Amino acid sequence: MTMEPASGVPLAMFRDATSLDEAGASRAFASQAAIMPVNEKAAREPDLVVRGLRKSFDKTTRVLDGVDFTVPAGQSVALIGANGAGKSTLLRSCLRLIEPDAGDVRLLGRDMRSLKARELRELRAEIGFVFQKHNLVPRLSALTNVLHGALPRSALARPWFQSCAPKSLRDEALACLERVGLGHVAARRADKLSGGQSQRVAIARALMQRPRLMVADEPVASLDPSSGEEVMRLFADLIRREGLTLLFTSHDLSHAIAYADRVIALRRGSIVLDAPSSELNVATLRALYD
Amino acid sequence: MTDLAQPSPAPRGLPPRFERPSLGAFAAYIVVALFFAWSLHGTGVSLGDFFGGFPQMGRLIGEMLPPSTARLDAVGRALLETFQMAFVGTVVGVLISVPIAVLATRHLTPHPVFYHSARALISFFRTVPDLVWALLFVVSVGLGPFAGTLAIVVDKIGFCGRFFAEAMEEADRGPQEALSAIGASKLSLVMCAVIPAALPSFINTSLFSLEKATRSSVILGLVGAGGIGIELKVAMDLFNYDEAATIILAIFALVIVVERVSDLLRRRIL
Repeated sequence: MTMEPASGVPLAMFRDATSLDEAGASRAFASQAAIMPVNEKAAREPDLVVRGLRKSFDKTTRVLDGVDFTVPAGQSVALIGANGAGKSTLLRSCLRLIEPDAGDVRLLGRDMRSLKARELRELRAEIGFVFQKHNLVPRLSALTNVLHGALPRSALARPWFQSCAPKSLRDEALACLERVGLGHVAARRADKLSGGQSQRVAIARALMQRPRLMVADEPVASLDPSSGEEVMRLFADLIRREGLTLLFTSHDLSHAIAYADRVIALRRGSIVLDAPSSELNVATLRALYD
Repeated sequence: MTDLAQPSPAPRGLPPRFERPSLGAFAAYIVVALFFAWSLHGTGVSLGDFFGGFPQMGRLIGEMLPPSTARLDAVGRALLETFQMAFVGTVVGVLISVPIAVLATRHLTPHPVFYHSARALISFFRTVPDLVWALLFVVSVGLGPFAGTLAIVVDKIGFCGRFFAEAMEEADRGPQEALSAIGASKLSLVMCAVIPAALPSFINTSLFSLEKATRSSVILGLVGAGGIGIELKVAMDLFNYDEAATIILAIFALVIVVERVSDLLRRRIL
């Protein structure tokens, strides 16, 4: 697969010219240069490069229709779009949780299509994934759920349950819970936690992976506005403090602008906007849903 | 949009109470009814013999009362052995069922060959009755409770294997997807996400298996596979009906106790 220098990444901006005015487009183009990494990270290969990604679930509907974009290390990117636009399919295809029909994905410097099962697992271990519905194991404690973040890097079965995990891992899991402000619920079963607490435990599980890149699929969509705001702020703070790369989907346009460096909008499986969030406002983004 | 002010069209009369069957369905009903009548004849069902048997049944009950207490200790030992067969057979059967059920779960099996082999094995164990397994094991390992225990183990693999696999197929896929996404191995996924989710169903099925095994371990004794069944057969063959009554009451008490304890555990654990 050919790699393009980060500074020359061709951004698929405003593919649908009718959705935004020309001034907005040129402003977005201009400011894109400003968010291209210019520090030492620029020397690093981008964390994610997607080229010509296509995916259909049946013969008539193309969910992803030739998606191209690049995410430099340390950048925070929001994917927006109406239901069915292809956001979740795109995230899952990037991690090969769904097999794409065509196109290339280069993740953390590895060509995803060429990876064997074991190599794929090793790569996924470096990527924290936070789901909309938390996806915790309901009958297990919060601490055990967080320990599962260490499954790929631990030999044998020790992090399966907190009762058989070594003290070092238990301490680390508790520290992750404390970072999301939930050290006091370590022993509580996951199905006894509130929605906001569950999502924070899911974030702690992702931190336990010691990830390089964090992916989140509508991380606060199942929470009430107040809990959603609180969780999103905590999540974004942690990402910024750890210097992680973030790719998240959201229906909350204010979150996309507030917590991402850059916004990519999808419509019917294609990118129709790719611009720095500092140049966007909610009204502009809302127009993309019309 | 419906205009509520408009009168609804005049009704054309009530629909028929029953739909008219198609010719094929009507023919099928006739065939089933004829087969039932033929089976009544084939099984010798006779109301005359049924009511004529009442005095004989009364005499039998009269001879059973009062139940004999002469061999209470032997009956107690046989009853304990019966429960031990059921308990060991169920525990071992359940433990063996879990890995076989994982192989028989479509999205967890490592290869379709394992899936089809595990499903075939479970079907085979389930379709052959436990009494037939007991006869086979009596011939291979000899008379006694070990043969009965082996028969229960095989029967439980057939029973639990199927229900465990179904429970794992129906388990919430969300946590499984989460662990796959972070690079967990398939074994970790089974142990950390699938089994905890399917555990209530596993416990329920296992307790029901224990109840079923307790009842079947009584019958297994009739073919010499240990337990209290042999005591009942001997008492009936020797016309010791008062002793047979004691054994029947003991079996009844054991089954009731196992069911009650099982209910209690179900409520406490689930």
